[in-house]
Amino acid sequence: MFKLFKNLTKKDIFYIFVCFLLIFFQVWIELKLPDYMSSITRLVQTEGSEMTEILKQGAYMLVCAGGSLLLAIVIGYLAAGIASRFSRSLREKIFRKVESFSTSEIKKFSTSSLLTRTTNDVTQVEMLIGMGLQMMAKAPVMAVMAILKILNKGVEWSVLTACCVAILLITVAILMIVVLPRFEKVQKTIDKINGVTRENLTGIRVIRAFNAEKFQKNRFEKVNNILTNMQLFNQRCFAIMMPMMNIVMHGLILGIYIIGAVLINEANMIDKINLFSNMVVFSSYGMQVIMSFLMLAMIFMMWPRAQISAKRINEVLDEELSIVEGNFDKVTSEVGTVEFRNVSFKYPDADDYLLKDISFRAEQGETVAFIGSTGSGKSSLVNLIPRFYDATDGEVLVDGVNVIDYTTKALNNKIGYISQKAVMFTGTVKENVAYGDNGKSKPTLEEIKEAIEVAQGKDFVEKMDKKYDSHIARGGTNISGGQKQRLSIARAIAKKPEIFIFDDSFSALDYKTDAILRKELKKHTKNATSLIVAQRIGTIINADKILVLDKGECVGVGTHKELLENCEVYKEIALSQLSEEELNNA
Amino acid sequence: MPRPGGSNVYEKSKDFFGSIKRLLSNLKSWRIIIIVALFLAMFSAILSLIAPNKLSDFTDIITKGLAIKTDKLSYLSEEIQNNFNGEKLKIKINSINNDQSINESDKEIFYNSLKQMQQENDEKKKQVILFSLPDSILIHLLDTIKIDGKVINEKDQLAMLRLSEKLDKEGKTEESLKLVDELPESIYSIIKPEINMKKIKDLAILMIIIYILSALFSYIQNYAMTTVSNNFARGLRSEISSKINRLPLKYFDSHETGDILSRVTNDIDTIAQNLNNSLATLVTSFTLFIGSIIMMYVTNWIMATTAIISSLVGFVLMFLILGKSQKYFSMRQKELGNMNGFIEEMYSGHNVIKAYNGTDKAILDFQELNDKLFDANRKSIFLSGLMQPIMGFVGNFGYVAVCLVGALLVLDGNISFGVIVAFMIYIRLFTNPLSQIAQAMTNLQSTAAASERVYEFLDEEEMTKENSSIHLHRHKVKGFIEFKNVKFGYDKKKTIIKDFSAKAEPGQKIAIVGPTGAGKTTMVNLLMKFYDINSGEILIDGVSTNNLTRENIHKLFIMVLQDTWLFEGSIRDNIKFNQENITDKDIWRACRTVGVDHFIKTLPGGLDALLNDNETISSGQKQLITIARGMIEDAPFLILDEATSNVDTRTEELVQKAMDKLMEGRTSFIIAHRLSTIKNADLILVMNDGNIIEQGNHEELINKNGFYAELYNSQFQK
Repeated sequence: MFKLFKNLTKKDIFYIFVCFLLIFFQVWIELKLPDYMSSITRLVQTEGSEMTEILKQGAYMLVCAGGSLLLAIVIGYLAAGIASRFSRSLREKIFRKVESFSTSEIKKFSTSSLLTRTTNDVTQVEMLIGMGLQMMAKAPVMAVMAILKILNKGVEWSVLTACCVAILLITVAILMIVVLPRFEKVQKTIDKINGVTRENLTGIRVIRAFNAEKFQKNRFEKVNNILTNMQLFNQRCFAIMMPMMNIVMHGLILGIYIIGAVLINEANMIDKINLFSNMVVFSSYGMQVIMSFLMLAMIFMMWPRAQISAKRINEVLDEELSIVEGNFDKVTSEVGTVEFRNVSFKYPDADDYLLKDISFRAEQGETVAFIGSTGSGKSSLVNLIPRFYDATDGEVLVDGVNVIDYTTKALNNKIGYISQKAVMFTGTVKENVAYGDNGKSKPTLEEIKEAIEVAQGKDFVEKMDKKYDSHIARGGTNISGGQKQRLSIARAIAKKPEIFIFDDSFSALDYKTDAILRKELKKHTKNATSLIVAQRIGTIINADKILVLDKGECVGVGTHKELLENCEVYKEIALSQLSEEELNNA
Repeated sequence: MPRPGGSNVYEKSKDFFGSIKRLLSNLKSWRIIIIVALFLAMFSAILSLIAPNKLSDFTDIITKGLAIKTDKLSYLSEEIQNNFNGEKLKIKINSINNDQSINESDKEIFYNSLKQMQQENDEKKKQVILFSLPDSILIHLLDTIKIDGKVINEKDQLAMLRLSEKLDKEGKTEESLKLVDELPESIYSIIKPEINMKKIKDLAILMIIIYILSALFSYIQNYAMTTVSNNFARGLRSEISSKINRLPLKYFDSHETGDILSRVTNDIDTIAQNLNNSLATLVTSFTLFIGSIIMMYVTNWIMATTAIISSLVGFVLMFLILGKSQKYFSMRQKELGNMNGFIEEMYSGHNVIKAYNGTDKAILDFQELNDKLFDANRKSIFLSGLMQPIMGFVGNFGYVAVCLVGALLVLDGNISFGVIVAFMIYIRLFTNPLSQIAQAMTNLQSTAAASERVYEFLDEEEMTKENSSIHLHRHKVKGFIEFKNVKFGYDKKKTIIKDFSAKAEPGQKIAIVGPTGAGKTTMVNLLMKFYDINSGEILIDGVSTNNLTRENIHKLFIMVLQDTWLFEGSIRDNIKFNQENITDKDIWRACRTVGVDHFIKTLPGGLDALLNDNETISSGQKQLITIARGMIEDAPFLILDEATSNVDTRTEELVQKAMDKLMEGRTSFIIAHRLSTIKNADLILVMNDGNIIEQGNHEELINKNGFYAELYNSQFQK
């Protein structure tokens, strides 16, 4: 938590300081109020006091109250500014950090967790600062000042007040010990409720096909009951809080009065009045002491939740980047080449290598395909080129330069990467295709249209109501998977890269579209190198070079024909998809 | 009793009123507990209205014990004065004359004074002369007197006289109090103020009882409301969960999972929490509010009006702020939503953003959203933080106003001091609940919004009721399926399957092919009666599905879809699912047939191994497990989606073998991806744009040279 506070700017630290001063002043003013109150009371009580005197005291009191309000407004304004500025900069910091993450860090945290860390968790911390800042400053100041005011006014009363504070603190402490750990459990159970409901929704067809509605319902009810019981327990515990507080507060006042009555009764005439006014003062300041301790208790209850959030935020901010940018951005001697030299790769925490000793070279204009079972490492292989991950051993060269030497921008400018799962952004078709920055000028509308046409998207885009200006909804939910994939391919084409990387990007397309698209692409980008990860033999049948991967090792290199002859694994794969006759016809 | 929901305060939206009303009517089964709880809340509030009254009585008793008992004092002085009246004085003159102990000069002063007194008519001056006599004379003039059974001798009386002489001269109260303390014990004990300790004790006990009762009531009320609201929430949750099972699939095609999830958790949570707090708060606050108004008016109407008017300004201000901050709160919620959406998009598209150098733009966009959120955040935090201080000020303002008006009235002699003390408390009791009511009302607003969303879901149109006259037993069905002039459209107005007829004999394979998005799953939806057909019939063994229950139809089909659906639980649970009388032996047999037995054996715990989000199990293995699940079901018909796009080739072989096993002896509908399946199919249904455009076997369709032929050949185009 304190680590996060280091993110405060100097200006805000200054404002916090100002806030503290103002709060100090405000508490001082507020603690004057009971004085005026009691003197008004006394004046009203004494017969024959002057009306002007009451007016005067009343005016003082109003000035104090007004001053306190004014200070509260100023403090509130400053605190709101500090808290929201803090959360803004924190959010931006997290966002920037995540943007600098490589795939392995994103995977480590998971997207949804990063999302809650950037929004919910920041809000939690913001809340603590927004409310807590004031309380944190106010509670101790108020407690100390109020205690100072009553310090010499009577041992008996002081002891009583101390007892009340102790009772309150013990109650809060017990509640915290009992309930707080359960809060976390409740959160987990809510996740479970979410999980079961999600299962219910995603598997709705299966559930209905198996007539398993009741089965699912029972699963749900089980979690539902656990959640309800936990909530009941927690809330019942907390139900003690308010009545307990009331009893302690009222009890304190009553106690002060009872002790007062006894003391006054036994005192000499000269002390009686003194005792009485002390009693009145004590009852109002004693209340203040209790209130300030309650405030402290409240901070302590807010703290753990914010603490958990702060921890989660720090985890993101402290995450070490596994990929460091190089500084090469000059013109290269080669164009459109990709070379792997004895590349091996494993995930940072993993024991086993995912890729072992891979070497190959793709010349400009060539099409190189990778095939193999899942887990064979073909996707990981191409992910090494745009540096989603870095090779553990060996070198990956693009245009004759090791990828780790490039600046991120320079490297990315050479590559057109198309992921397996098409990614669409909220915006128009045009914006999605023209996305990004390739170091050259933005593609013109003509170029965009051309790219979409090559990607076989012209038909459906022109059928949309606003054609190239049609809106794509968040996550591209208003177009089909195949359409999304075609647009994401168009995006890569519009970028005019030297090297295309198709990371299994064709599987969402049907055979026919797949075939036409590849043909058009070849025509359109004669000089571009294509690296294709595929599952279908049909997709790669015409590649210049096919690498067959099995358990991270390259078990065969060659053309389709060559591999059919001499690569057992390739033959197996091919036969699982096409008949012998079809293979020979191809 | 004011109705919870407070229709007279806010009548902004009809929906608000409607939803709250519905919410309350749904709480009917809890009626008694709620009413008891609310009554307890009311009692607790009434007790807290009484308590300050008692406290002011308490103060009064103490105050009374502060001043000297004036009645006793004046009685005492009278008695002492009596020593000096004419008759007694004459007797004393003689005795003084004869007393040898008094020296002559004193006697001289005495005689002179007597003469002076005779000339003097003013009583006060007479007294001054009398008191200036020497002690030796005065003590002679005094006689022992008895008050309240206490004997006061001459000496004490003399001291008293001397003191009151001083008192007249002393202006300062403090000094005079000091003098009082110096009085001889006999007199001091008579005039000394005394607090009525018995009364104090009685009152203290009464107040302790009141406080404890009030706390007890409020705890019981809290406990009861907690119980009600949580059980109510549980009920709502399970209602939603069962509702999911009764909704037609159509609903889920047009609604997002996240939205429904948020109704189950967020919305119901909001309802439960606010129900818990708001109802009781409203009742308590209304009781306090109205109670204090009544009490004020009963006590003194001028003061009551003063109190209300002086607070009114503050309340107007408060409601203004509340309205404003509400606006910013919803703005903040909206901005937060935008931000969430944006970040989700950015994080999930992270690879693409990086590869396309989109980071700079992403950060710029982010900053723009972040600034907007910051603005809404700051305003809402600031405005909502204002409530507390303003309420404090209103309280203080009312306090001063009441004191001033009260003091004026006291001066005129219209009211006693006690009234002011009472009002000082009433003004607090009056101002506090209003801010709580305002808070509760905003809570209720969000409750209304949340319950609207929940009820909206619960009100969705359910699947049509079915009247089943016939039941087909899964083991007695032969396996005929016939489509007869089937017409169907997801949108009733837009028919996509136009007049489709086909027949399948027992054990035949029907392949459904077509490009992506051609509507192949429509066939699954119709066969499983997930959707009702517009017209025509689907016949199973000659029985129209219109006459069969969905449950019955589902029993006849095994369905294995592409997206492998597994739930969190053990492998055994996932394979067995809801089917009864399945032994581990059956499960192992199915696993063996599918070829997943070896894999399961390698897992820690075997069949007990837990399936969750971790990636120890590949998607291919997941698919095998779902096939095993289908295997166990053993039904005459099969619906199968062959797509294995996420499965590696080796596993794919396994999966395909398993699928072939599954097809054996069953009338199968296969969303086909493998050419071998398609070629061997007894019937191929070619779909495009939702409709079935061609049907026949492979040879027939190739010869037809239509859509299918084109589709088939495109794969091998150079």
